[in-house]
Amino acid sequence: MTDNNDITAKPRSKIKDVWDQFKSHKGALLGAIIFFSIVLLVMVGPFIWPFDANQIDIRSRNQGPSLLHPFGTDQLGRDTLARMMAGGRTSIAVGLAAMALSLFFGSFIGVTAGFYKRLDGVLMRFTDLFLSLPLLPLLLVMMLLFREPLSEAYGPERGMFVLIVVSIGVTSWMPTARIVRADVLALKEREFVLAAKASGTSDTLIILRHIMPNVLSPIMVSATLGIANGIITESALSFLGLGFPPDFPTWGRLLNDAVDYLQQFPERVFWPGLAISLTVLSINYLGDGLRDALDPRMRKR
Amino acid sequence: MLTYIARRLLISVPTLIFISLVIFLLLNLAPNDPMAQVPLTVPPEVKQKMREALGLGQPLYVQFLKWLIQLFWIEPQVFIDYMFNTSFSEGKLRVISWQTRSPVMDIIVQRMPQTLWVVGMSYVVGILIAIPIGIYSAYKQYSVFDQVGTFVTMIGYSVPPFFTGVFVIVIFSVQLGWLPSIYDTTHTVVDWETFKIQLKQMVMPVMVLALQTTAMINRFMRATMLDNLNQDYVRTARAKGLSEWTVVMIHVLRNSMIPVITVIALNVPAIFGGAIITEQVFKVNGIGQQLIGAIYANDLPTVQTITFMFAVLIVLFNLLADIIYGILDPRIRYD
Repeated sequence: MTDNNDITAKPRSKIKDVWDQFKSHKGALLGAIIFFSIVLLVMVGPFIWPFDANQIDIRSRNQGPSLLHPFGTDQLGRDTLARMMAGGRTSIAVGLAAMALSLFFGSFIGVTAGFYKRLDGVLMRFTDLFLSLPLLPLLLVMMLLFREPLSEAYGPERGMFVLIVVSIGVTSWMPTARIVRADVLALKEREFVLAAKASGTSDTLIILRHIMPNVLSPIMVSATLGIANGIITESALSFLGLGFPPDFPTWGRLLNDAVDYLQQFPERVFWPGLAISLTVLSINYLGDGLRDALDPRMRKR
Repeated sequence: MLTYIARRLLISVPTLIFISLVIFLLLNLAPNDPMAQVPLTVPPEVKQKMREALGLGQPLYVQFLKWLIQLFWIEPQVFIDYMFNTSFSEGKLRVISWQTRSPVMDIIVQRMPQTLWVVGMSYVVGILIAIPIGIYSAYKQYSVFDQVGTFVTMIGYSVPPFFTGVFVIVIFSVQLGWLPSIYDTTHTVVDWETFKIQLKQMVMPVMVLALQTTAMINRFMRATMLDNLNQDYVRTARAKGLSEWTVVMIHVLRNSMIPVITVIALNVPAIFGGAIITEQVFKVNGIGQQLIGAIYANDLPTVQTITFMFAVLIVLFNLLADIIYGILDPRIRYD
């Protein structure tokens, strides 16, 4: 509040305010750094690293950590670091895509329910119904039933990707829809929406120009939680053996493979498990910081 | 309140029917043949007969209605027969598993105690750990204890049970050899020695599930305690000269417990869902493992019934949470 009287001072932008608040949350900053480093590593890593994730070298199988293979090799002599990076690519891609899909459904239903009173009751009952579905069993059933037709249609890997992303997307949009609806209900009564309506703006434009920018912050917070949820769900499915095909590495799949060799090579479960946990932990901290930073009540000092 | 409960009970009936319809359609519209495992030497006529014997020849709505009747009419009769030695259900067709050809409910009844024992125990342990930690971290906000508690909570929140489970197996079973990695359900407790073995095999699955519960409830407990500690009535209580113990443990705690208890009720079904994975890790032959086994074996009636039972749990505990909330908090009136 020091520059209040100084008219010549540059106006503070909202983004800068948010960034300042975000910076002051140490855990969130660290979480953001770790998360983006992991993303960078799994995106760029496979191009630099000399080993391919599926390159079998049976003579150097079951090796411990060495300079050549920092994380060791698996039972077929494949380099674990390369597999971790390839697996991370899939896991993070699934998390991002599932998050995008669930945000799309969630904000669409939330905004529609909040903005159009006639649809509110129906859509919210629909949301309640979805919330009372047993999600994990249903996800497992969906995996079982649609795995083959989709594999035939798009190929085993792509089909599975589509299936996992869509099933996580359609089973995780409900919290977003509820939060967005509550915010839209409050926003709808504000003067600027009334003014827009009075000046003859169409409903679509009001939603896109006036409502959406104002509900962006809860959506962004659910986005971070959505990525974490996507990664965990995908890993759980792969861990139960109902995810991607066996030769296609993801973090959950690698963990599942490592469990078979628990007695001989207990250290193998460590890397994929650590990767999943670290990613999710950093995302959760990032989400926490983002929630604080985007909340104007926290920012007032 | 009574009218509210009655109304909620009435609403839950269509909810459950809708859910059973979703489960049923999902399973039956998918391209899937229960005869796929039957050898090719079996002639097609015989296969058709077998299909009809499983009730598959009929149109979908007939199958759905039959399943509903079996589930809501015949199975309760079997239960009454069992309880009071009557014979209402004699000769009536029950929901039969394609895998074992025995009634699905019988298998569920066999599997349920293991799940309840492990899941229930972990939930109680988790709550007992979470509540004192939550109270103390809120009371000493930003202290070292609070920082550590929040961090551990965040870890419990983020690390999935299939990693914590495998991780503790690696440490305590493989490296140290203290605890068995497989839960033996045939083990019966007769004396002190067998009790110790039972305790040993329960420690890991219970603690893995309890970590999740602790994380969730501790987070919530701390937040509501913080909300309440800044209220005016706390200042009044202190100004009256009440001891700090009375202020925190009686005035604040009682008010903070209201939302926490509803969260505890709401999360019971979620914990059952999480048990699916934990049972798989520790090879507990509970209801979750039965579900996974049935999914692999394409055993639709079992999958349908267990999934539906999870749905019943969710609806039931949602209702329970709402009712508890209404009873505990006089400010909340539903009518």
